[in-house]
Amino acid sequence: MANIWVFVEQANGAPSTLGLELLTKARTMGDVTALLLGEAAADSMKVIGEYGASSVIHIDTGDRLPSAPTAAALAAKVGAGAPDLILFGQAYNDRDIAGRLAARLGVGVLSNATDVRLTDNGVETEHEVFGGAQIATAEATQGPFIVLIRPKSFVAEPAEASTPSMSILELPDPGASEATVTDSMVEEREGPQLGEAAIIVSGGRGLGSAEAYALVESVAKPLRAATGATRAIVDAGWVPYAKQVGQTGKTVKPDVYIACGISGAMQHLVGMKDSGTIIAINKDPDAPIFSVADLGVVGDVHQVLPKLIEALETR
Amino acid sequence: MKVVVCVKQIPDPATPYKIEEGTNWLVRPDDQVLDDTDRYGVEMGLQLAQASEGTVTLVSMGPNGNAQGIRQALAMGADKAVMIEDDALRGSEALTTARVLAAAITREGYDLVIAGTESTDGYSGVIPQMIAEYLDAPALTYATSVETGDGSVTIHRQTADGYDVVKADLPAVVSVTAGVVEPRYPTFKGIMDAKKKPVDNLTLGDLGVEPATSQKVVSITDAAERTAGQVIEDDGEAHQAIIALLEERKVI
Repeated sequence: MANIWVFVEQANGAPSTLGLELLTKARTMGDVTALLLGEAAADSMKVIGEYGASSVIHIDTGDRLPSAPTAAALAAKVGAGAPDLILFGQAYNDRDIAGRLAARLGVGVLSNATDVRLTDNGVETEHEVFGGAQIATAEATQGPFIVLIRPKSFVAEPAEASTPSMSILELPDPGASEATVTDSMVEEREGPQLGEAAIIVSGGRGLGSAEAYALVESVAKPLRAATGATRAIVDAGWVPYAKQVGQTGKTVKPDVYIACGISGAMQHLVGMKDSGTIIAINKDPDAPIFSVADLGVVGDVHQVLPKLIEALETR
Repeated sequence: MKVVVCVKQIPDPATPYKIEEGTNWLVRPDDQVLDDTDRYGVEMGLQLAQASEGTVTLVSMGPNGNAQGIRQALAMGADKAVMIEDDALRGSEALTTARVLAAAITREGYDLVIAGTESTDGYSGVIPQMIAEYLDAPALTYATSVETGDGSVTIHRQTADGYDVVKADLPAVVSVTAGVVEPRYPTFKGIMDAKKKPVDNLTLGDLGVEPATSQKVVSITDAAERTAGQVIEDDGEAHQAIIALLEERKVI
């Protein structure tokens, strides 16, 4: 039976949804060890057990930035009892630890995968390329295989409850590659978050100005929707990076996605094209967004959105 | 302070990308452009170097082509560039890219290495960490602000719900997000000066690096396409169609 490690970061004392998605997939492939990052929480251990891990290696780096000490400690452990496959999510700490660990072990990383399977030769992964229009299948033959999986590639589902065995990852003393977290700030955010919302209303360059993003917020409010954005308007400084949907931002799969003034660049489509229903409003009838939209409105957002807002608010 | 900025030339994102048959590698024309996300790293490097009377060296791997993308970064104000081109690097994986860049950075010497968080064409998103590991240096990643002083670097590191303040001693590697600074546009003088700035061309042999070949793209197939639905022209009442669909989907 294959031996699979799965990186699971905790957020607010609970395993991340992304981590649970990976555990759900991993338990169909072999025996699962969870690499659990963050302060120990009894509840997390219980949940990890429910999602099919038979053992947990707990990683608590305190105020040390996790990547360097974690990668060094994991590399030492890989030498002792080799996993066949190590799964990470396409998220900040995951990417950092995976990259550092791969360099330390001298093995490759398969990034941005949407599926993974073990084969006789090694491992095969699938990757959406060109905005999801095509699927590239990649193969690696030199293990341990390190694969980064995009969020929402698998649906997190609990299995039978079990109690995993636990050990603690022993970290090396700080060396030249050490960085320290001296403070942690939580930014106040209002309304539903992109990852959880059933409806998302997003804006793009077609809004014309930063001020016009208020239209997007006004559509979102009566729908209790989260607000998103394209990379173009994040780069332009209209809205913060946390709102970015797409290849270099968040991957979302809401029930309904409303794209306002978004042309549908590849980089954006890959992050939202799996939404349940897509509604798009754009001036350009040739905009690529219309090729994925269930309902496309060829029109000016400055005409359509105010009427839509009024209709929603008076309901 | 000696600042090294990692930059990449990519096929113009405004043009359709092509895959080479047989190898499944991205076709890279002679005319490549500076990856837009690299402009933030170049600008950050220029500002930090200026504050410390330092220099900015660009390091780039890949087919040189006509190097117009690198000239774009030199025109912003970088002092020189080191480009590594070698046929053996075609289709190379992230690990090799990181090894090559780390070797070139070591050869140049550095206090601070700056890179974007991921390239627009490959977006593996692991190169800055890999470089840091090869340099045995800290990697302060996803920076939304960067300050240096007293032999250390402090960043605001983007997190899921805010940011962490992260500090490390130099030398160090920093990866920057778009929005860390407002990139400048090259001036006419900058563009003219860029033509005379030194560009060193290196090969794998110069750096003593062997490319890794443990992974490959075995096939590329068309994805199951989402079919386009109804497209209507706004006649002043298009919002009604949107409301109707939202009702049908039972979200209002």
